[in-house]
Amino acid sequence: MLTKRIIPCLDVKNGQTVKGINFLNIKEVGDAVELGAQYARDGADELVFLDITATNEKRKTLSELVSRIARNINIPFTVGGGISSVDDVSVLLNCGADKISVNTAAVRNPQLINDLALNFGSQCVVLAVDTKFVDGEWLVYLNGGRIPTEIRTKDWVKEAVDRGAGEILLTSMNNDGTKDGFAIDITKAVSESVNVPVIASGGAGTMEHFTEVFKEGKADAALAASIFHYGEIGIAELKAYLKKNGIEIRI
Amino acid sequence: MKIAIVKYNAGNIRSVSCALERIGISAEVSDDPEVLAAADKVIFPGVGEASTAMAYLKAKKLDLLIPQLKQPVLGICLGLQLMCRHSEEGNADCLNIFDLDVKRFDDKLKVPQIGWNDLTDLKSDLFKGLPENPYVYFVHGYYAELGENTIAKAEYGLQYSAALNKGNFYATQFHPEKSGSVGETILRNFIELK
Repeated sequence: MLTKRIIPCLDVKNGQTVKGINFLNIKEVGDAVELGAQYARDGADELVFLDITATNEKRKTLSELVSRIARNINIPFTVGGGISSVDDVSVLLNCGADKISVNTAAVRNPQLINDLALNFGSQCVVLAVDTKFVDGEWLVYLNGGRIPTEIRTKDWVKEAVDRGAGEILLTSMNNDGTKDGFAIDITKAVSESVNVPVIASGGAGTMEHFTEVFKEGKADAALAASIFHYGEIGIAELKAYLKKNGIEIRI
Repeated sequence: MKIAIVKYNAGNIRSVSCALERIGISAEVSDDPEVLAAADKVIFPGVGEASTAMAYLKAKKLDLLIPQLKQPVLGICLGLQLMCRHSEEGNADCLNIFDLDVKRFDDKLKVPQIGWNDLTDLKSDLFKGLPENPYVYFVHGYYAELGENTIAKAEYGLQYSAALNKGNFYATQFHPEKSGSVGETILRNFIELK
Protein backbone atom coordinates (compact mmCIF):
# COMPACT_ATOMS: atom_id res chain seq x y z
CA MET A 1 0.00 0.00 0.00
CA LEU A 2 1.07 3.52 -0.74
CA THR A 3 1.91 5.17 2.57
CA LYS A 4 1.17 8.65 3.90
CA ARG A 5 4.27 10.82 3.89
CA ILE A 6 5.83 12.84 6.71
CA ILE A 7 7.76 15.79 5.31
CA PRO A 8 9.94 18.09 7.40
CA CYS A 9 10.25 21.52 5.81
CA LEU A 10 13.49 23.44 6.05
CA ASP A 11 13.32 27.16 5.38
CA VAL A 12 16.73 28.12 4.10
CA LYS A 13 18.52 31.44 4.05
CA ASN A 14 22.09 31.61 2.73
CA GLY A 15 22.38 27.84 3.16
CA GLN A 16 21.29 27.86 6.82
CA THR A 17 17.97 26.52 8.03
CA VAL A 18 15.63 29.02 9.59
CA LYS A 19 12.03 28.89 10.69
CA GLY A 20 9.63 31.80 10.71
CA ILE A 21 6.74 31.92 13.15
CA ASN A 22 3.59 33.18 11.44
CA PHE A 23 5.82 34.16 8.52
CA LEU A 24 7.81 36.50 10.84
CA ASN A 25 10.50 36.33 13.51
CA ILE A 26 13.13 34.38 11.69
CA LYS A 27 15.57 32.35 13.78
CA GLU A 28 18.56 30.41 12.46
CA VAL A 29 18.69 26.80 13.59
CA GLY A 30 21.52 25.07 11.73
CA ASP A 31 23.08 23.68 8.57
CA ALA A 32 20.39 22.69 6.08
CA VAL A 33 22.18 19.64 4.68
CA GLU A 34 23.11 18.22 8.09
CA LEU A 35 19.61 18.73 9.42
CA GLY A 36 18.09 17.19 6.26
CA ALA A 37 20.37 14.15 6.49
CA GLN A 38 19.42 13.70 10.14
CA TYR A 39 15.71 13.79 9.24
CA ALA A 40 16.31 11.21 6.50
CA ARG A 41 17.99 8.91 9.04
CA ASP A 42 15.10 9.46 11.46
CA GLY A 43 12.63 8.22 8.84
CA ALA A 44 11.39 11.34 7.01
CA ASP A 45 9.76 10.32 3.74
CA GLU A 46 10.76 13.42 1.81
CA LEU A 47 12.19 16.85 2.49
CA VAL A 48 11.16 20.31 1.34
CA PHE A 49 13.71 23.13 1.21
CA LEU A 50 12.18 26.58 0.86
CA ASP A 51 14.74 29.22 0.02
CA ILE A 52 13.91 32.60 1.47
CA THR A 53 17.16 34.30 0.50
CA ALA A 54 16.37 37.59 -1.19
CA THR A 55 19.76 38.70 -2.48
CA ASN A 56 21.37 38.85 -5.91
CA GLU A 57 23.51 35.88 -4.89
CA LYS A 58 20.42 33.76 -4.40
CA ARG A 59 20.64 31.69 -7.58
CA LYS A 60 24.24 30.71 -6.96
CA THR A 61 23.86 29.91 -3.25
CA LEU A 62 20.72 27.91 -3.94
CA SER A 63 22.20 25.81 -6.73
CA GLU A 64 25.27 25.10 -4.57
CA LEU A 65 23.03 24.08 -1.70
CA VAL A 66 20.92 21.82 -3.94
CA SER A 67 24.08 20.10 -5.21
CA ARG A 68 25.19 19.47 -1.62
CA ILE A 69 21.78 18.10 -0.68
CA ALA A 70 21.74 15.78 -3.71
CA ARG A 71 25.14 14.38 -2.81
CA ASN A 72 24.31 13.79 0.84
CA ILE A 73 20.66 12.83 1.12
CA ASN A 74 19.17 9.52 -0.02
CA ILE A 75 15.46 10.42 -0.04
CA PRO A 76 13.54 12.71 -2.42
CA PHE A 77 13.52 16.46 -1.92
CA THR A 78 11.65 19.45 -3.28
CA VAL A 79 13.12 22.91 -3.65
CA GLY A 80 11.05 26.08 -3.67
CA GLY A 81 11.25 29.79 -3.04
CA GLY A 82 11.23 32.48 -5.70
CA ILE A 83 11.32 30.09 -8.66
CA SER A 84 9.91 31.93 -11.65
CA SER A 85 11.18 30.49 -14.93
CA VAL A 86 11.92 27.34 -16.89
CA ASP A 87 15.61 28.27 -16.65
CA ASP A 88 15.50 28.45 -12.83
CA VAL A 89 13.96 24.99 -12.73
CA SER A 90 16.34 23.52 -15.25
CA VAL A 91 19.33 24.62 -13.11
CA LEU A 92 17.85 23.17 -9.90
CA LEU A 93 16.87 19.83 -11.47
CA ASN A 94 20.32 19.53 -13.02
CA CYS A 95 21.82 20.11 -9.58
CA GLY A 96 19.82 17.08 -8.38
CA ALA A 97 16.49 18.40 -7.05
CA ASP A 98 13.70 15.85 -7.51
CA LYS A 99 10.86 18.36 -7.57
CA ILE A 100 10.49 22.09 -7.51
CA SER A 101 7.66 24.13 -6.07
CA VAL A 102 6.23 27.30 -7.57
CA ASN A 103 3.97 29.74 -5.80
CA THR A 104 3.69 33.47 -6.53
CA ALA A 105 5.23 33.28 -10.01
CA ALA A 106 2.65 30.70 -11.08
CA VAL A 107 -0.22 32.96 -10.00
CA ARG A 108 1.31 35.91 -11.84
CA ASN A 109 2.00 33.77 -14.92
CA PRO A 110 -0.08 30.55 -14.92
CA GLN A 111 1.46 29.49 -18.26
CA LEU A 112 4.63 28.78 -16.23
CA ILE A 113 2.97 25.61 -14.93
CA ASN A 114 2.24 24.38 -18.46
CA ASP A 115 5.80 25.17 -19.54
CA LEU A 116 7.32 23.36 -16.56
CA ALA A 117 5.09 20.29 -16.97
CA LEU A 118 5.89 20.12 -20.67
CA ASN A 119 9.65 20.51 -20.19
CA PHE A 120 10.20 18.40 -17.08
CA GLY A 121 7.02 16.38 -16.48
CA SER A 122 4.17 16.96 -14.01
CA GLN A 123 5.81 14.65 -11.46
CA CYS A 124 8.36 17.33 -10.56
CA VAL A 125 6.02 20.33 -10.53
CA VAL A 126 4.61 21.08 -7.07
CA LEU A 127 2.18 23.97 -6.76
CA ALA A 128 2.59 25.67 -3.39
CA VAL A 129 -0.39 27.70 -2.25
CA ASP A 130 -0.52 29.96 0.81
CA THR A 131 -4.17 30.29 1.73
CA LYS A 132 -6.07 32.31 4.31
CA PHE A 133 -9.68 32.13 5.44
CA VAL A 134 -11.13 35.61 5.04
CA ASP A 135 -14.83 36.55 5.18
CA GLY A 136 -16.02 32.99 4.65
CA GLU A 137 -13.66 32.18 1.77
CA TRP A 138 -10.25 30.49 1.49
CA LEU A 139 -8.22 32.89 -0.65
CA VAL A 140 -4.77 32.71 -2.24
CA TYR A 141 -1.99 34.90 -0.80
CA LEU A 142 1.28 35.78 -2.52
CA ASN A 143 4.87 36.71 -1.64
CA GLY A 144 5.13 34.53 1.44
CA GLY A 145 1.68 35.55 2.63
CA ARG A 146 2.19 39.29 2.37
CA ILE A 147 -0.05 40.06 -0.62
CA PRO A 148 -3.74 39.11 -0.64
CA THR A 149 -5.61 38.20 -3.83
CA GLU A 150 -9.27 37.59 -4.57
CA ILE A 151 -8.55 34.19 -6.07
CA ARG A 152 -10.42 31.33 -4.42
CA THR A 153 -8.00 28.59 -3.39
CA LYS A 154 -10.09 25.74 -4.77
CA ASP A 155 -10.41 27.44 -8.17
CA TRP A 156 -6.69 28.13 -8.41
CA VAL A 157 -5.70 24.60 -7.42
CA LYS A 158 -8.05 23.11 -10.04
CA GLU A 159 -6.69 25.37 -12.75
CA ALA A 160 -3.10 24.58 -11.78
CA VAL A 161 -3.73 20.83 -11.93
CA ASP A 162 -5.37 21.22 -15.35
CA ARG A 163 -2.25 23.08 -16.44
CA GLY A 164 0.00 20.26 -15.27
CA ALA A 165 0.84 20.64 -11.57
CA GLY A 166 1.63 17.16 -10.23
CA GLU A 167 1.21 17.81 -6.52
CA ILE A 168 -0.23 20.51 -4.24
CA LEU A 169 1.50 21.91 -1.15
CA LEU A 170 -1.27 23.68 0.73
CA THR A 171 -0.31 25.97 3.63
CA SER A 172 -3.02 27.51 5.78
CA MET A 173 -1.81 30.87 7.03
CA ASN A 174 -4.50 30.85 9.71
CA ASN A 175 -2.94 27.70 11.16
CA ASP A 176 0.75 28.14 10.39
CA GLY A 177 2.79 28.67 13.55
CA THR A 178 -0.18 28.16 15.88
CA LYS A 179 0.42 24.47 16.72
CA ASP A 180 -3.36 24.15 16.96
CA GLY A 181 -3.68 21.62 14.16
CA PHE A 182 -3.94 21.61 10.36
CA ALA A 183 -6.77 23.31 8.45
CA ILE A 184 -8.87 20.20 7.96
CA ASP A 185 -11.73 21.69 5.92
CA ILE A 186 -9.72 23.29 3.11
CA THR A 187 -7.28 20.38 2.99
CA LYS A 188 -10.17 17.94 2.55
CA ALA A 189 -11.91 20.18 0.00
CA VAL A 190 -8.76 20.50 -2.10
CA SER A 191 -7.81 16.84 -1.78
CA GLU A 192 -11.24 15.73 -2.95
CA SER A 193 -11.39 18.19 -5.84
CA VAL A 194 -8.19 17.17 -7.64
CA ASN A 195 -6.63 13.81 -8.51
CA VAL A 196 -3.05 14.69 -7.59
CA PRO A 197 -1.51 14.27 -4.12
CA VAL A 198 -2.02 17.02 -1.55
CA ILE A 199 0.55 17.91 1.12
CA ALA A 200 -1.04 19.60 4.12
CA SER A 201 1.00 22.29 5.85
CA GLY A 202 0.61 24.70 8.73
CA GLY A 203 -0.44 24.11 12.31
CA ALA A 204 1.11 20.79 13.35
CA GLY A 205 1.51 20.76 17.12
CA THR A 206 0.71 17.26 18.32
CA MET A 207 0.79 13.74 16.92
CA GLU A 208 -3.04 13.68 16.95
CA HIS A 209 -3.02 16.55 14.46
CA PHE A 210 -1.34 14.27 11.92
CA THR A 211 -3.88 11.48 12.42
CA GLU A 212 -6.62 14.05 11.93
CA VAL A 213 -5.21 15.53 8.72
CA PHE A 214 -4.72 12.08 7.18
CA LYS A 215 -8.05 10.60 8.28
CA GLU A 216 -10.37 13.61 8.07
CA GLY A 217 -8.36 16.01 5.91
CA LYS A 218 -7.68 13.28 3.30
CA ALA A 219 -4.12 14.57 2.94
CA ASP A 220 -1.58 12.38 1.15
CA ALA A 221 1.31 13.91 3.06
CA ALA A 222 1.81 16.26 5.99
CA LEU A 223 4.52 18.87 6.29
CA ALA A 224 5.83 20.50 9.43
CA ALA A 225 8.86 22.47 10.50
CA SER A 226 9.21 23.79 14.04
CA ILE A 227 7.92 20.73 15.91
CA PHE A 228 10.69 18.74 14.23
CA HIS A 229 13.40 21.44 14.37
CA TYR A 230 12.96 22.02 18.08
CA GLY A 231 12.65 18.31 18.84
CA GLU A 232 9.12 18.59 20.21
CA ILE A 233 8.05 15.53 18.25
CA GLY A 234 10.52 12.98 16.87
CA ILE A 235 9.85 11.63 13.39
CA ALA A 236 10.33 8.00 14.42
CA GLU A 237 8.04 8.46 17.43
CA LEU A 238 5.40 10.19 15.24
CA LYS A 239 5.49 7.45 12.61
CA ALA A 240 5.17 4.68 15.20
CA TYR A 241 2.19 6.49 16.70
CA LEU A 242 0.48 6.91 13.31
CA LYS A 243 1.03 3.28 12.39
CA LYS A 244 -0.51 2.20 15.71
CA ASN A 245 -3.49 4.39 14.87
CA GLY A 246 -4.17 2.62 11.60
CA ILE A 247 -2.48 5.01 9.17
CA GLU A 248 -0.38 3.44 6.38
CA ILE A 249 3.14 4.57 7.24
CA ARG A 250 6.64 3.49 6.25
CA ILE A 251 8.57 2.46 9.33
CA MET B 1 34.88 -1.95 -12.47
CA LYS B 2 33.41 0.44 -15.04
CA ILE B 3 29.85 1.61 -14.50
CA ALA B 4 28.15 3.59 -17.25
CA ILE B 5 24.95 5.60 -16.96
CA VAL B 6 23.08 6.07 -20.23
CA LYS B 7 22.88 9.77 -20.99
CA TYR B 8 19.65 10.90 -22.57
CA ASN B 9 16.98 13.52 -21.97
CA ALA B 10 15.95 12.02 -18.65
CA GLY B 11 15.71 13.92 -15.40
CA ASN B 12 17.37 11.83 -12.72
CA ILE B 13 20.84 11.09 -14.06
CA ARG B 14 22.50 13.24 -11.44
CA SER B 15 20.48 11.62 -8.64
CA VAL B 16 21.67 8.20 -9.80
CA SER B 17 25.32 9.23 -9.97
CA CYS B 18 25.08 10.87 -6.52
CA ALA B 19 23.54 7.68 -5.08
CA LEU B 20 26.38 5.60 -6.55
CA GLU B 21 28.94 8.02 -5.10
CA ARG B 22 27.36 7.59 -1.67
CA ILE B 23 28.06 3.87 -1.86
CA GLY B 24 31.59 4.53 -3.09
CA ILE B 25 31.15 3.94 -6.81
CA SER B 26 31.96 6.35 -9.58
CA ALA B 27 30.16 6.12 -12.89
CA GLU B 28 30.58 7.61 -16.32
CA VAL B 29 27.57 9.31 -17.91
CA SER B 30 27.64 8.74 -21.67
CA ASP B 31 25.58 8.33 -24.81
CA ASP B 32 28.56 6.97 -26.75
CA PRO B 33 27.71 3.41 -27.87
CA GLU B 34 31.37 2.34 -27.51
CA VAL B 35 31.60 3.53 -23.90
CA LEU B 36 28.31 1.87 -23.01
CA ALA B 37 29.22 -1.42 -24.71
CA ALA B 38 32.59 -1.54 -22.92
CA ALA B 39 31.21 -0.94 -19.40
CA ASP B 40 30.91 -3.76 -16.85
CA LYS B 41 27.46 -2.54 -15.78
CA VAL B 42 25.05 -0.17 -17.46
CA ILE B 43 22.37 1.86 -15.69
CA PHE B 44 19.50 3.20 -17.79
CA PRO B 45 17.75 5.81 -15.64
CA GLY B 46 14.79 7.96 -16.50
CA VAL B 47 12.27 10.52 -15.47
CA GLY B 48 10.31 12.01 -18.32
CA GLU B 49 7.93 11.25 -21.14
CA ALA B 50 8.14 7.94 -23.05
CA SER B 51 7.72 9.03 -26.69
CA THR B 52 10.13 11.99 -26.30
CA ALA B 53 12.70 9.72 -24.64
CA MET B 54 12.35 7.05 -27.38
CA ALA B 55 12.87 9.72 -30.08
CA TYR B 56 16.15 10.74 -28.40
CA LEU B 57 17.32 7.13 -28.06
CA LYS B 58 16.58 6.54 -31.75
CA ALA B 59 18.44 9.68 -32.80
CA LYS B 60 21.50 8.38 -30.93
CA LYS B 61 20.93 4.79 -32.18
CA LEU B 62 20.77 3.68 -28.55
CA ASP B 63 17.47 1.91 -29.33
CA LEU B 64 19.55 -0.62 -31.29
CA LEU B 65 22.43 -0.82 -28.82
CA ILE B 66 20.64 -1.27 -25.48
CA PRO B 67 18.78 -4.53 -26.32
CA GLN B 68 22.10 -5.98 -27.60
CA LEU B 69 24.06 -5.34 -24.40
CA LYS B 70 25.46 -8.48 -22.75
CA GLN B 71 26.53 -7.08 -19.34
CA PRO B 72 24.04 -6.49 -16.49
CA VAL B 73 21.75 -3.55 -17.31
CA LEU B 74 19.52 -1.80 -14.76
CA GLY B 75 16.60 0.30 -15.99
CA ILE B 76 15.04 2.72 -13.50
CA CYS B 77 11.49 4.15 -13.64
CA LEU B 78 11.02 5.41 -17.23
CA GLY B 79 14.00 3.17 -18.03
CA LEU B 80 11.89 0.14 -17.05
CA GLN B 81 8.98 1.36 -19.14
CA LEU B 82 11.17 1.97 -22.20
CA MET B 83 12.50 -1.61 -21.88
CA CYS B 84 8.94 -2.91 -22.38
CA ARG B 85 7.15 -3.49 -25.70
CA HIS B 86 4.90 -0.45 -25.88
CA SER B 87 3.82 2.48 -23.72
CA GLU B 88 0.45 4.22 -23.75
CA GLU B 89 2.35 7.41 -22.92
CA GLY B 90 2.65 9.16 -26.28
CA ASN B 91 1.72 5.79 -27.92
CA ALA B 92 5.41 4.86 -28.00
CA ASP B 93 6.88 1.65 -29.38
CA CYS B 94 9.67 0.82 -26.96
CA LEU B 95 12.73 -1.46 -26.79
CA ASN B 96 10.79 -4.73 -26.42
CA ILE B 97 13.21 -6.39 -24.01
CA PHE B 98 10.31 -7.30 -21.72
CA ASP B 99 7.22 -8.53 -23.56
CA LEU B 100 4.87 -6.27 -21.59
CA ASP B 101 2.67 -3.26 -22.19
CA VAL B 102 2.89 -0.06 -20.16
CA LYS B 103 -0.47 1.47 -19.26
CA ARG B 104 -1.76 4.53 -17.46
CA PHE B 105 -3.14 4.17 -13.94
CA ASP B 106 -6.91 4.57 -13.63
CA ASP B 107 -7.75 8.26 -13.25
CA LYS B 108 -9.95 7.41 -10.25
CA LEU B 109 -6.61 7.13 -8.42
CA LYS B 110 -4.33 10.03 -7.70
CA VAL B 111 -1.96 10.06 -10.65
CA PRO B 112 1.02 10.12 -10.57
CA GLN B 113 1.50 7.73 -7.69
CA ILE B 114 3.98 9.61 -5.50
CA GLY B 115 5.53 8.12 -2.40
CA TRP B 116 6.69 5.02 -0.58
CA ASN B 117 4.99 1.72 -1.35
CA ASP B 118 5.96 -1.79 -0.31
CA LEU B 119 7.27 -4.57 -2.54
CA THR B 120 5.92 -8.11 -2.44
CA ASP B 121 6.87 -11.47 -4.02
CA LEU B 122 10.56 -10.64 -4.30
CA LYS B 123 12.42 -13.06 -6.57
CA SER B 124 15.93 -11.91 -7.41
CA ASP B 125 19.46 -11.44 -6.10
CA LEU B 126 18.77 -7.75 -6.58
CA PHE B 127 16.87 -7.88 -3.27
CA LYS B 128 19.43 -9.88 -1.28
CA GLY B 129 19.68 -8.79 2.36
CA LEU B 130 16.42 -6.83 2.41
CA PRO B 131 13.43 -7.35 4.72
CA GLU B 132 10.48 -9.26 3.27
CA ASN B 133 8.35 -6.28 2.22
CA PRO B 134 10.68 -3.31 1.93
CA TYR B 135 9.39 0.19 1.23
CA VAL B 136 10.72 1.99 -1.82
CA TYR B 137 9.98 5.34 -3.45
CA PHE B 138 7.81 5.57 -6.56
CA VAL B 139 6.86 8.49 -8.81
CA HIS B 140 4.95 7.38 -11.90
CA GLY B 141 1.70 7.71 -13.80
CA TYR B 142 2.19 4.59 -15.95
CA TYR B 143 2.92 0.99 -14.97
CA ALA B 144 4.07 -2.27 -16.55
CA GLU B 145 1.59 -5.11 -16.17
CA LEU B 146 2.55 -8.36 -14.41
CA GLY B 147 4.30 -11.07 -16.42
CA GLU B 148 6.73 -13.97 -16.25
CA ASN B 149 9.65 -11.53 -15.87
CA THR B 150 8.15 -9.86 -12.79
CA ILE B 151 10.56 -10.15 -9.84
CA ALA B 152 8.72 -7.79 -7.46
CA LYS B 153 5.13 -6.61 -7.28
CA ALA B 154 3.56 -3.47 -5.91
CA GLU B 155 -0.06 -2.47 -5.57
CA TYR B 156 -1.71 0.81 -6.54
CA GLY B 157 -5.32 0.22 -7.53
CA LEU B 158 -4.07 -3.03 -9.02
CA GLN B 159 -0.96 -5.20 -8.85
CA TYR B 160 1.80 -4.32 -11.29
CA SER B 161 5.47 -5.04 -11.96
CA ALA B 162 7.64 -3.11 -9.50
CA ALA B 163 10.73 -4.85 -10.89
CA LEU B 164 11.56 -7.04 -13.87
CA ASN B 165 14.39 -9.37 -14.89
CA LYS B 166 15.17 -11.28 -18.05
CA GLY B 167 18.71 -12.63 -18.50
CA ASN B 168 21.13 -9.73 -18.02
CA PHE B 169 18.35 -7.12 -18.05
CA TYR B 170 17.01 -5.80 -14.72
CA ALA B 171 14.62 -2.93 -14.15
CA THR B 172 12.86 -1.23 -11.26
CA GLN B 173 9.78 1.00 -11.50
CA PHE B 174 10.77 2.61 -8.20
CA HIS B 175 13.79 4.82 -7.62
CA PRO B 176 16.52 2.95 -5.73
CA GLU B 177 18.57 6.16 -5.85
CA LYS B 178 15.88 7.83 -3.69
CA SER B 179 14.85 4.88 -1.53
CA GLY B 180 17.09 5.41 1.48
CA SER B 181 19.17 2.49 2.72
CA VAL B 182 16.92 -0.08 1.00
CA GLY B 183 17.68 1.57 -2.34
CA GLU B 184 21.40 1.62 -1.57
CA THR B 185 21.31 -2.13 -0.89
CA ILE B 186 19.60 -2.72 -4.24
CA LEU B 187 22.16 -0.60 -6.11
CA ARG B 188 25.00 -2.41 -4.34
CA ASN B 189 23.44 -5.79 -5.19
CA PHE B 190 23.22 -4.75 -8.84
CA ILE B 191 26.86 -3.64 -8.89
CA GLU B 192 27.88 -7.00 -7.37
CA LEU B 193 25.97 -9.09 -9.94
CA LYS B 194 28.19 -11.42 -11.94
